[in-house]
Amino acid sequence: MKRTGNVRRSAAATTESRWVRRLLIGVSLAFLGLFLMMPLAAVFAQAFSRGWEVYVRSLGDHDALSAIGLTLLIALIVVPVNTAFGVIAAWAIAKFQFVGKSLLITLIDLPYSVSPVISGMVFVLLFGRQGWLGPWLDARGIHIIFAVSGIVLATLFVTFPFVARELIPLMQAQGTEEEEAARLLGAGGWQTFWRVTLPNVKWGLLYGVILCNARAMGEFGAVSVVSGHIRGETNTMPLHVEVLYNEYNITAAFAVASLLALLALVTLVLKSALQWKTAEQLAPEEQGYTGD
Amino acid sequence: MNLKQHSVLPGFGLTMGFTLFYLGLIVLLPLAGLLLKSATISWDQFYAAVTDPQVAASYKITFGASLVAASVNAVFGLAVAWVLVRYSFPGKNIVDAMVDLPFAMPTAVSGIALTALYAPNGWIGRWLAPLGIEVAYTQLGIMVALTFIGLPFVVRTLQPALEDLDVEIEEAAASLGASRRQIFTRVIFPTILPALLTGFALAFARALGEYGSVVFISGNLPMKTQIVPLLIMTKLEQYNYAEAAAIAVVALGASFVVLLFINLVQWWSRRYATA
Repeated sequence: MKRTGNVRRSAAATTESRWVRRLLIGVSLAFLGLFLMMPLAAVFAQAFSRGWEVYVRSLGDHDALSAIGLTLLIALIVVPVNTAFGVIAAWAIAKFQFVGKSLLITLIDLPYSVSPVISGMVFVLLFGRQGWLGPWLDARGIHIIFAVSGIVLATLFVTFPFVARELIPLMQAQGTEEEEAARLLGAGGWQTFWRVTLPNVKWGLLYGVILCNARAMGEFGAVSVVSGHIRGETNTMPLHVEVLYNEYNITAAFAVASLLALLALVTLVLKSALQWKTAEQLAPEEQGYTGD
Repeated sequence: MNLKQHSVLPGFGLTMGFTLFYLGLIVLLPLAGLLLKSATISWDQFYAAVTDPQVAASYKITFGASLVAASVNAVFGLAVAWVLVRYSFPGKNIVDAMVDLPFAMPTAVSGIALTALYAPNGWIGRWLAPLGIEVAYTQLGIMVALTFIGLPFVVRTLQPALEDLDVEIEEAAASLGASRRQIFTRVIFPTILPALLTGFALAFARALGEYGSVVFISGNLPMKTQIVPLLIMTKLEQYNYAEAAAIAVVALGASFVVLLFINLVQWWSRRYATA
């Protein structure tokens, strides 16, 4: 770079030259376009490749409708249960000081680092035909593997940390002063929780619920192990996509996939909106933190 | 010894009790079952199961492809994070939100979409085919899928580290005569290195266990394009539970080593930051 005046030099020292900037932006956008936008565009292009009529007919198919129903049912069971767990665990972990806290947080995070296939497999080992409890349950007519309850268990496992993971840092950052004040002013435990804690964390909670829901509806590997792929019975939407794809029914597979892609896009929009909201809410705390 | 500090807030016993019970029931008990199952075979059988040529090949393929994908993401993820934090351009907020697409998109959907793109008649594959480059149903395809799935880990770990960078230090370096390149390699890069390593390791760990986005594009040829999770799936379908458990225990062990590495990096960077 040639010597230009002092003023110019100090500006150039904290950012790059215009050409470097343009090159970096260009490379980044090209990379994201290739790896993110093109797969997304491909889903919709393939889904509509034979027109609206085929698209609508693919989604109206009996097996597709039952897969959509099962996916909704699974999310309807799993999301509230793991949300309740997340809130309860966050209360115990963020509002009290006790020995072994970081170990407990590590254990809650465990499902994040377990491969989806292994997450499903652990339930096959417990409840499968040759599993620990399988024969005993079989003799009593209770079926968990290749049945809806197995799908629920596997989905509970993979989405286990989502809500807790969002709430614990948020509630830790907010401290316990407001709750202690409420108690001293005579509020009961429940009242303190509903009127003080919950309003303070509502956006973070919603954020966790949305992520939990996206994973619950979209989980493939874990569910694939336990489901048995019984059409119209234990096929969730992602599994139905696989079945159709493997039958070379490509357009129908992408039609069902397009609904899941739409769910992903809605999740991203809500996520961004909530991130903006919680950043606004956490801003005072963050300023205090960097001031230390 | 007091295990818990006194608090005026109620509900510790109840909420902690439920947390431990539910954690044990849904996560710890099933994982313990896996370890127990792998222990039902003798050590020799365990060793034979995990060193079988087909199994060893799938470990190598999974490990190698994950390493390549995480490296590609470390390079391009750094560029993306830098551009998103430092520069402004039209549509930046949308681009920023889209980075999470691989998180939000069900893996089976990503899998069939990537396969459609890179198949010989696909949008991208048709341009590569005349050059003799095959992506779908080869190890290259596995790498493409793992790159897709790992990208957000690198970008989302680097972004806060880049935002925390103190511009005043860069100004100080500049006023002392450092060039922009020197500032980047001597000031900026060492500061964000722990975040880059963490993002790389997170992307790598995710890639090791990834299943849905890979199975469609990989073609699943034993010894060539069969990844570990798929091999486990095959063993389960053959009701060969003990061998499946043995292979899974080794895979889990690898993930935990990566996790330990991440914790070490974070511990090291905190020490470095407070020193």
